[in-house]
Amino acid sequence: MNCLIAIVDYGMCNLDSVKRAVEECGGSGIITSDPHDVETATHIILPGVGAFGDAMKNLRDAKLDVAMSEQVLEKQIPFLGICLGMQLMAATGTEHGQHTGLGWIDGEVRRLRPVKDGERIPHIGWNEVHYQQESPLFRGIPDGTDFYFVHSYHVCPTQQGEITGCTPYADGFVSTVRRDWVFGVQFHPEKSQKMGFQVLRNFLAI
Amino acid sequence: MLKTRIIPTLLFKDVGLVKGIAFDSWRRVGSAMQAVKVYNLRGVDELVFLDITATRDGRPPDFAAIDELADECFMPMTVGGGVRTFADARRLVKVGADKIALNTALIESPNLVREIAESYGTQFVVASIDVRRHSDGGYEVYTRSGTHATGVDPVALAEQVEKLGAGEILLTSIERDGTMQGYDIELNRRVSATVSIPVIASGGAGNYEHMAEVLHETSVTAVAAASIFHFTEQTPLEAKRYLKKQGFAVRKET
Repeated sequence: MNCLIAIVDYGMCNLDSVKRAVEECGGSGIITSDPHDVETATHIILPGVGAFGDAMKNLRDAKLDVAMSEQVLEKQIPFLGICLGMQLMAATGTEHGQHTGLGWIDGEVRRLRPVKDGERIPHIGWNEVHYQQESPLFRGIPDGTDFYFVHSYHVCPTQQGEITGCTPYADGFVSTVRRDWVFGVQFHPEKSQKMGFQVLRNFLAI
Repeated sequence: MLKTRIIPTLLFKDVGLVKGIAFDSWRRVGSAMQAVKVYNLRGVDELVFLDITATRDGRPPDFAAIDELADECFMPMTVGGGVRTFADARRLVKVGADKIALNTALIESPNLVREIAESYGTQFVVASIDVRRHSDGGYEVYTRSGTHATGVDPVALAEQVEKLGAGEILLTSIERDGTMQGYDIELNRRVSATVSIPVIASGGAGNYEHMAEVLHETSVTAVAAASIFHFTEQTPLEAKRYLKKQGFAVRKET
């Protein structure tokens, strides 16, 4: 496996741990905000925490949105969005006003709403992912495995076919999506130890 | 469903890892890196690192040391101690902190909470509130590693930091700290009933029953502990098994 993974840096999050996790899984990661690096990578990871609008603005200012779209949509380079990175794949963000996202997944990003007693927002901690349909990211990982989440917003896709996993919190939210070779996970594989690393290994194998 | 978290707390003083009693009598308990590696192997839910003398000594966080630890830490890691400016927070993100804990700054520069939350999201800011119970039963928030009385009520501060954008509260009872006599139930009940963000109970865990007690009696969603893991044979894994038997949802072993 000779993978060069562009870990896209738009100034908003802990990228070191994503890079370290990718390396532990046998890939080489490069943290970059240079569109050229995105163009030469075999895989792209878009991590992130923070606000949707600021993140999209940073991506556009660095012309990373265009570079990623070209690579992912035209050249079919495998892509993984993590946490906010998954949310940015959606068409629209609703955090502090309406924002246009990358638009690779049709749908909106909305705030989690607690429905049961004891459900607090942010959703922080380990929770299950229940498979809705098959995905190469899940290879070797049992249905219902716990992953680490820390977020207040979630993606609401309009296409059922793009929903691969759901998590039982706040009425059940979509925690993983897939459109062909484009993947999004709301949890943090880089912080989810053994099973998180398996997700990354599965991604690198695509 | 969301699992109950058991969070070992690692306290630094200078470079070594220490543990005290009631925020005093610090004993060295070994190398932080060793602890991180062991907890990686044992599948610990999350870690909290607090540099307990940074603010008192007027030092910024030890970014280089945290960078090294973060490189080996494949579980969520909250870092606190000496965070006084937005630039401190930004550097901590760069070196690998997943969340940052603010303590003295909650009182001395509350707008920092808002500033950090607006850039990195509310889930990034942990309000670490240290509380002393007075003989008349009243509670008071202390800062600067428990040395400075503020006159502030913990419930009022918890409400305020939630409004400012804190995503979580780490609630530590100073006089229970290190005594292994159990969490301060009343304190944890009051604060967790007031806010709608997650609250982590801290200070006093001496056995697994103490963890079950505070989870039963209050609305905290996680328990932090230090002495129990440093000075006894008890482990986070056994704690989880115990809590599972008591009917709590804990992470499956993988």
